[in-house]
Amino acid sequence: MDNALRELYQEVILDHSRHPRHYGSMDNASHKAEGYNPLCGDKVTVYLQLDADGRVSDIKFEGKGCAISQASASMMVDMLKGRTAAEADRLMQGFLHLVKGEDASDLPEDDRERLEVMGGISAFPMRVKCATLAWHTYKNAVEEGAT
Amino acid sequence: MTAQGKIAASFDAEKARADFTILSRQVYGKPLVYLDSGASAQKPDMVLDTMRDFATSEYANVHRGVHFLSAAATDRYEAARRTVQKFLGAASEEEIVFTKGGTEAINLVAYSHLMPVIQPGDEIVLSVMEHHSNIVPWHFLRERQGAVLRWVDVRDDGSLDIEALDAAIGPKTKLVAITHMSNVLGTIAPLKDIVARAHAKGALVLADGCQGAVHEKVDVHALDIDFYVITGHKLYGPTGIGALYAKKAHLKTMRPFNGGGEMIREVSKERITYADPPARFEAGTPPIIESVGLAAALDYLTGLDRAAVAAHEHDLLAYARQQVRQFNWLRVIGDAPGKGAILSFEADGMHAHDLATILDREGVAVRAGHHCAQVLMERFGVASTSRASFALYNNRSDVDALVAGLSKARGILG
Repeated sequence: MDNALRELYQEVILDHSRHPRHYGSMDNASHKAEGYNPLCGDKVTVYLQLDADGRVSDIKFEGKGCAISQASASMMVDMLKGRTAAEADRLMQGFLHLVKGEDASDLPEDDRERLEVMGGISAFPMRVKCATLAWHTYKNAVEEGAT
Repeated sequence: MTAQGKIAASFDAEKARADFTILSRQVYGKPLVYLDSGASAQKPDMVLDTMRDFATSEYANVHRGVHFLSAAATDRYEAARRTVQKFLGAASEEEIVFTKGGTEAINLVAYSHLMPVIQPGDEIVLSVMEHHSNIVPWHFLRERQGAVLRWVDVRDDGSLDIEALDAAIGPKTKLVAITHMSNVLGTIAPLKDIVARAHAKGALVLADGCQGAVHEKVDVHALDIDFYVITGHKLYGPTGIGALYAKKAHLKTMRPFNGGGEMIREVSKERITYADPPARFEAGTPPIIESVGLAAALDYLTGLDRAAVAAHEHDLLAYARQQVRQFNWLRVIGDAPGKGAILSFEADGMHAHDLATILDREGVAVRAGHHCAQVLMERFGVASTSRASFALYNNRSDVDALVAGLSKARGILG
């Protein structure tokens, strides 16, 4: 397999896509949003419980899509749980930089290490949207998705 | 292999490959295996050369100037119209309207023919295997004017149920809009039968020939069809041009579409009169160089033994179909008898986009997604499929590369 493909489909990513974390709907979500990629038909729904101060006290997702979009969503919910609004924002910005092959040194080191597996996507510009779908959906849920 | 031998006698795919420079390039250091002609076909060098020659020796705007080049360009533009006329078997060149593509041609019929006459409750019959370009314009009529869309299902093997289609045509049916060949299933619609049944009940028929005209010889006159649509870029021609065939009687009564230069007879402050068809529907400067390119592409295609080309494509499809049988994790969608050279499939545990990315790194270009046919995706309960579409320049090595790529993808993702 060529190196770029090996980078893209790392075991961690395949594991997340086959066994997504925090998968399912949430009845008592304070916020939710649906994301859709019209190019491929991929769909994701992100459910949130936000504290009064904006902290992500709970988060789940469900959806259908490619390995990249599912793994990205799974890693996202895994990492966002418990974060303050500011932390979550910084994580998202760092992630967006990373998948576009841009400087992500703003990210705290442990976050960067965890997200680095998604860096391989930067060699596949046609697939960046797959990786960012869940994150944009999360953002949309926070900003416009109060239930 | 007698079948192969027969094909070789009248059509030499290897020789044809050499007509397409792009096919000799590599991607990621591997030979290009182009299996996405259903989305857009590659163009033979002679099409590009013809466009360049025209642009460097005879180009000007058409139907406007009195100068030498304008006359020359107008001649070529109108000659291109006659080439399309002959290609489709139309009785008159006045029945050929140049458009910017298949989509615009269908929208033209919706806007100019149907919209002025359709009443709430009037029906448009269409199949679930239509491309969005042959769905959305009719949805406009539903949304804006209360038209009713009546959907005809396909069978599990992707074949069209002609009796179900017949049953869907009623006294309120104004139009049957049907693809000649499905861009996902490869299913060929029996147009002659459909036209006969629709006309018997007073309904008109529009066929979307964007795929069908590439693979099948079309004779609109023999079909007695009302509207037939083609697009240039799938016919080995340039983008930006397509054509609508419409019976003269329909064109005469259709209202203008876009307004602008070229489509008028007289314009004053108070009133306006329109040019006769087809000019009435060709507002503005048309795709002139592209019309010359389209004519060259049709000349290229008709210069081949088309029956032999079709046999070659069917051989590739049959070979591919046979080869993928070894994968018990792969499900082919669309196995209608006599279908055209398109192989759509889904694979267990592998999303079409992941599959297409891995195939791409092997140099194999396939389409992944919903193929602008979401109604059909819903019918088969899938979000997306992968699609290999075969053209005259493909060969069995291309199929072998696809199959090897599928094995590899399974190894990575399965």
